[in-house]
Amino acid sequence: MVERSMWEWMVLLLQRFWPQFLKGTAMTVMLAIIGTAAGFAIGLIIGVIRTIPRRSGGKTGLSVRSVCLGIVNAILAVYTEVLRGTPMMVQAMLIYYGLTEFAHIDIAALPAGIIVITLNTGAYMAEIVRGGIGSIDYGQSEAAKAIGMNHWKTMIHVVLPQAIRHILPATGNEFVVNLKDSSVLNVITVTELFYQTKGLRNFYYRTYEPFLIAAAIYLLLTFVSSRLLRLLEKKLDGPTDFTLTEKSGALAGGRRRK
Amino acid sequence: MTNVIEVKDLRKSFGHREILKGIDLTVGQGEVVSVIGSSGSGKSTFLRCVNLLEWPTAGEILFKGESITRYGFKIPDYREKVGMVFQSFNLFANMNVLQNCTIGQIKVAGRNRDEARAIALDCLDQVGMSDYIRAKPRQLSGGQQQRVAIARALCMQPDALLFDEPTSALDPEMVGDVLNVISGLTHTGLTLIVVTHEMAFARDVSDRVVFMDGGVIAEQGSPEDIFTKPKSERLQEFLTRFLS
Repeated sequence: MVERSMWEWMVLLLQRFWPQFLKGTAMTVMLAIIGTAAGFAIGLIIGVIRTIPRRSGGKTGLSVRSVCLGIVNAILAVYTEVLRGTPMMVQAMLIYYGLTEFAHIDIAALPAGIIVITLNTGAYMAEIVRGGIGSIDYGQSEAAKAIGMNHWKTMIHVVLPQAIRHILPATGNEFVVNLKDSSVLNVITVTELFYQTKGLRNFYYRTYEPFLIAAAIYLLLTFVSSRLLRLLEKKLDGPTDFTLTEKSGALAGGRRRK
Repeated sequence: MTNVIEVKDLRKSFGHREILKGIDLTVGQGEVVSVIGSSGSGKSTFLRCVNLLEWPTAGEILFKGESITRYGFKIPDYREKVGMVFQSFNLFANMNVLQNCTIGQIKVAGRNRDEARAIALDCLDQVGMSDYIRAKPRQLSGGQQQRVAIARALCMQPDALLFDEPTSALDPEMVGDVLNVISGLTHTGLTLIVVTHEMAFARDVSDRVVFMDGGVIAEQGSPEDIFTKPKSERLQEFLTRFLS
């Protein structure tokens, strides 16, 4: 057998197995994007539900509404606690094999993986969103209510746009975590980057080099995505200056200048 | 003069502390009522109860004869008709001045964009802020923010406006601007209830002055009566402290 240096092994692996690395990378990125986006949506919904005032109009005592809200809140609390309190790898096993075993649902590995990463991210995002909503000065919510907005309108138009801006760094963090932690889904045979890399070991009985390549790809992914998020944050903050408008111009203009 | 707001034996407790101990007040259409009193006398709590930002513990509040605390009363609709201006402005930080003034019109009152924009510009003009429609709240001074907040409330075309110490968070030199704007509203038929520490304003602008002390209305009357012929000892004390 030929003696090769580490670099030569890596070059050889890339030359021969680049489609595997590419497929694994694509799968990893897709899992991270879907998991973060869907988890974000779950987090927003839970965040809004958990901030609904328990006493509509301040009626004290038990009403149907406050009982329902109490039950929903309890379920949501259990959801976040359980999913944050157990490893994603275990959740993957339970959902993938559990569904087949007990519910007799024959679920493919990929959908199962997407469900796991989404539910997991959702649990973390729910807490992040709650913190984000809490960070918005309550006066603005009162002002929104004072012009007749209900809880949903207040959330959608006033609180969430600001809360989302506040939690964007934390959301980016979740995305980076998902890029890396999607690797645990290899236990249910989701063909992401770790799974693909693991499969390459047997061709040359080399373990170090394939995983060094995988590490480099993971690092590149996380580095690029955190830079992109930084750019997005800057863009969302908008310009720091504004222009005065001539009244006549403002009246005639009709539309805001881009 | 029809009654816009009638408050009957309004009580409010936070925990075991009773802040409002039975307030009775009737405010007629177009009337300008100033509420004065020392800090902690319950002025702000009273005003917040009128807009149901605080829920009364007991008592009744009628808006045009209808109880606002009864079950099934449409609180958002009521708040649309009774605007509120806060001590800390509370402009929507994610929107520019124009959007602050149009969002409620579009999303609550159901007006279309152009109509809302026209009304907003009109109201902003009234408070002297129509040149700033593209500014974000954080780019404005306190006085400017408060004038926008007043315009935002006016845009909903309410029957009554409640002011909760509108000038208390402002630099002295900006107080005048905001007070002028509020004075300008007094001849428009709008009902105003103004909680304030500005005695000159209360004296010159209001139809009636209400002095609150210890959670009750200790004295009320015309500005002249209140400021020149105070009957109760507490009011005399309060005025000496304030006017000296």
